[in-house]
Amino acid sequence: MTDTTANAVHFEAAKGHEAHHDADHKPGFFARWFMSTNHKDIGTLYLIFAIVAGIIGGGISGLMRWELAQPGIQYLEAWAGIMNPGATFDEGLHLWNVLITAHGLIMVFFMVMPAMIGGFGNWFVPLMIGAPDMAFPRMNNISFWLLPPAFILLLGSTFFPGGNGLGAGTGWTVYAPLSTSGSTGPAVDMAIFSLHLAGASSILGAINFITTVFNMRAPGMTLHKMPLFVWSVLVTAFLLLLALPVLAGAITMLLTDRNFGTHFFDAAGGGDPILYQHLFWFFGHPEVYIMILPGFGMISQVIATFSRKPVFGYLGMAYAMVAIGVIGFVVWAHHMFTVGMDVNTKMYFTAATMVIAVPTGIKIFSWIATMWGGSLTFETPMLWALGFIFMFTVGGVTGVVLANGGVDTVMHDTYYVVAHFHYVLSLGAVFSLFAGWYYWFGKMWGKQYNELLGQLHFWLFFVGVNLLFFPMHFLGLDGMQRRVPNYAAAYAPWNEIATYGFLLMLGGLFFFFLNIIVSLVAGKKAAANPWGEGATTLEWTLSSPPPFHQFETLPKID
Amino acid sequence: MKILFKLAAIAAAFGLAPAAIAQPAAAPAQPAAQATQPSAPPTDAISAESQANPAQPQDSNSPQPQEEPSDATVAQAVNFTPTTPTVGVGQPDGRMGLQDQFTPIGEEAAWFHDWILMPAITAISILVLLLLAWVIIRYRRSANPTPSRTTHNTMLEVVWTLVPVLILVLIAVPSIRLLAHQYSPPQADITVKAIGNQWYWTYEYPDHGIELVSNMISDEQADQRGEPRQLAVDERLVVPAGATVKVIVTSNDVIHAWGIPAFWVKIDAVPGRLNETWFRTDRPGLYYGVCYELCGARHGYMPIAVEVIPREQFAAWVASKGGTMPGARPAAAAAPATAQPGVTAGQPTEATPAPTNIVEGAAAQPALSRESTQTE
Repeated sequence: MTDTTANAVHFEAAKGHEAHHDADHKPGFFARWFMSTNHKDIGTLYLIFAIVAGIIGGGISGLMRWELAQPGIQYLEAWAGIMNPGATFDEGLHLWNVLITAHGLIMVFFMVMPAMIGGFGNWFVPLMIGAPDMAFPRMNNISFWLLPPAFILLLGSTFFPGGNGLGAGTGWTVYAPLSTSGSTGPAVDMAIFSLHLAGASSILGAINFITTVFNMRAPGMTLHKMPLFVWSVLVTAFLLLLALPVLAGAITMLLTDRNFGTHFFDAAGGGDPILYQHLFWFFGHPEVYIMILPGFGMISQVIATFSRKPVFGYLGMAYAMVAIGVIGFVVWAHHMFTVGMDVNTKMYFTAATMVIAVPTGIKIFSWIATMWGGSLTFETPMLWALGFIFMFTVGGVTGVVLANGGVDTVMHDTYYVVAHFHYVLSLGAVFSLFAGWYYWFGKMWGKQYNELLGQLHFWLFFVGVNLLFFPMHFLGLDGMQRRVPNYAAAYAPWNEIATYGFLLMLGGLFFFFLNIIVSLVAGKKAAANPWGEGATTLEWTLSSPPPFHQFETLPKID
Repeated sequence: MKILFKLAAIAAAFGLAPAAIAQPAAAPAQPAAQATQPSAPPTDAISAESQANPAQPQDSNSPQPQEEPSDATVAQAVNFTPTTPTVGVGQPDGRMGLQDQFTPIGEEAAWFHDWILMPAITAISILVLLLLAWVIIRYRRSANPTPSRTTHNTMLEVVWTLVPVLILVLIAVPSIRLLAHQYSPPQADITVKAIGNQWYWTYEYPDHGIELVSNMISDEQADQRGEPRQLAVDERLVVPAGATVKVIVTSNDVIHAWGIPAFWVKIDAVPGRLNETWFRTDRPGLYYGVCYELCGARHGYMPIAVEVIPREQFAAWVASKGGTMPGARPAAAAAPATAQPGVTAGQPTEATPAPTNIVEGAAAQPALSRESTQTE
């Protein structure tokens, strides 16, 4: 036998005819969940992981909101004293920096990304293109299993010295020299390793998605017939593949600067701290599109389904995402407008950044046009999608304000920026995650969610996050700086309102968790397609939940 | 003799005038002045602490520098009183918009933000909201049971691509113009250097021989002085009104950022780099800012206060810090009357040991004043 390639025939012979026909044959518990090669199971693992990380990251934001509720330092020293009895005032303040760092890193790398790409991407990309599984099922498994150690490293770093106290207090951006000479102790090294692992996980995942989408589409499923969610994951995968290695390089240089005496980012040795910022944001800006593009995809599916109408301007929608991805790579320095940049550079980055508003506008208007003339119903996923469109618009237009280098002078590193990116992430990405969660809940778990609890979740969360984040625009315009636990008395009223908003949001989340429990325990059995004629993608042709192995006979798409 | 005093008084009133003229000439000398900095005694955190007080005595129990000049103007100029803050000026007040602006750039930028950007983004948001409301009401299932199958309208798609482009171009014009203005500062009248440290600022006046260490004061002290908490500092950066102030910003450790919202100024303090920004304000007053870049534990505890004082008081302030006006020395040789009135016989020699501002200029001071005494 000269053919050494692993092809299906060899395995079939070994496994026998019987096993192959049993599409629902599941391995035992350990083999199924720890050695999984099944895209749906791995997607489930990702979603569970993201929910756990979301609870921790959200809990941290609760601690921060609690401290920020009033001016002055109320609790930080006491909290720092829990792990480090007798913590000083400075150690208390350092804990604040650890909290903001952990909140940022957890929400970005361990909540949004795993949920969107790992969770929904894994679950639905193969289903939507009519593929039996991902192209590299075992690589898929290691993509997931790199995340828990990464997360443990990050959480563990809070027990080790990181400069002024325990934990890495560098901000999620890990700017040198605060992260090098400014933070002695192993905490920052652990955080960096954590990013390395999470980054490797995402790169492997990206390779898998690109290969899957390019090679495993069912017959007739041309690129221009793919559902927009698949398009969005494809574009995201390219962004990951191109951006993450740059981050990996930058943080490796941080490591050698910290431990091996190099001076990449140390001016005293001929390096340049600004170089780190360029490298970081060359990754960091595509990263923000990585976090929102799959959301765009999910919103497109949801809007089309509940409007009972195909997506308006499909090609424009798909290529708008491609355009966002491409332009996203050439706008990074708008995060660095105050580093002392050449005026021409600043003008370029101002103009380039504003260009992104054009494809984003195309998407917003196309979603509205999709609904125009449709026959709309307002189930929970649709509410999240409608909320997404408006809130993302608000976050988008403040982005246009920030894009102006001259205006950013006064807004850079103020709460205006915090408001902006929470509008596009906490009200954008997270809204789309909830939309996807309720949209596919029945498909994934076989039980339909509870509509009343879902609506309660939406309304409380919607009012809560707006109350939480909208006042931050005012704080920022009035000059309040980011990343501080204490502030001037004049900022107190808006901070107080934001804290009430957080409590409302928390109330919304209560119904989210209650809904999961109620629906899984006592939910109605989900039909193959609970949404009717609007749900046209392939996953709705399968049972709910889908068989353990689907599409053993590939579907044909006309 | 009397005429001499009058001349001195006039010189005090126009204290800055010689400085403004002498500045361009003095500018090339600036690198030299910087080079001499390291020879100055290092100001570490401990000396910074001990420095917290010297600022205060100046107004409360400062020994009247000299009893000799009977002229009231001179006495007033010497007795420098720190500005008290005004609510709603140069500090946050919980409003829903930008702080009032007091520099030409700030006024231009605030106008651009308030009258171009805000209306544009509000209109866009409201348009989207109205469209959403319309489709929700008009195309709900009960109102429109049969969905249309429209999926394309090339004209519409071209319009919603080109109209945003047009809007962005309209925004870009004033935006780029603002950037150009920010980056074309007028000739500087005075240069100050702001150096970020964990976690305080030091200010150097290279042309005046002054070095200040600026620490935040405690909430209690701030309350006592009637200043906002978390923003008040012991040593303010003092600059004359109407002067174009060039600020050179750098750092001694990690990255900080020097920002004053009411001036539309913010620039990172990066170790190993000298960043430059500028401002000019005609309104005397007190303007607060903070460090805007995460710099470690006490990031929120290194505020900035810029005190803008009338031009005629600046020389007195410089003198009260033991510095000299740049124009003073060469002028003194020719016409002794231009010597700083505040810096009169004997006084500087007493003051010299106290502050840390022992720079070239300060060292030269006693000789200068002795000379003026002799002419008397």
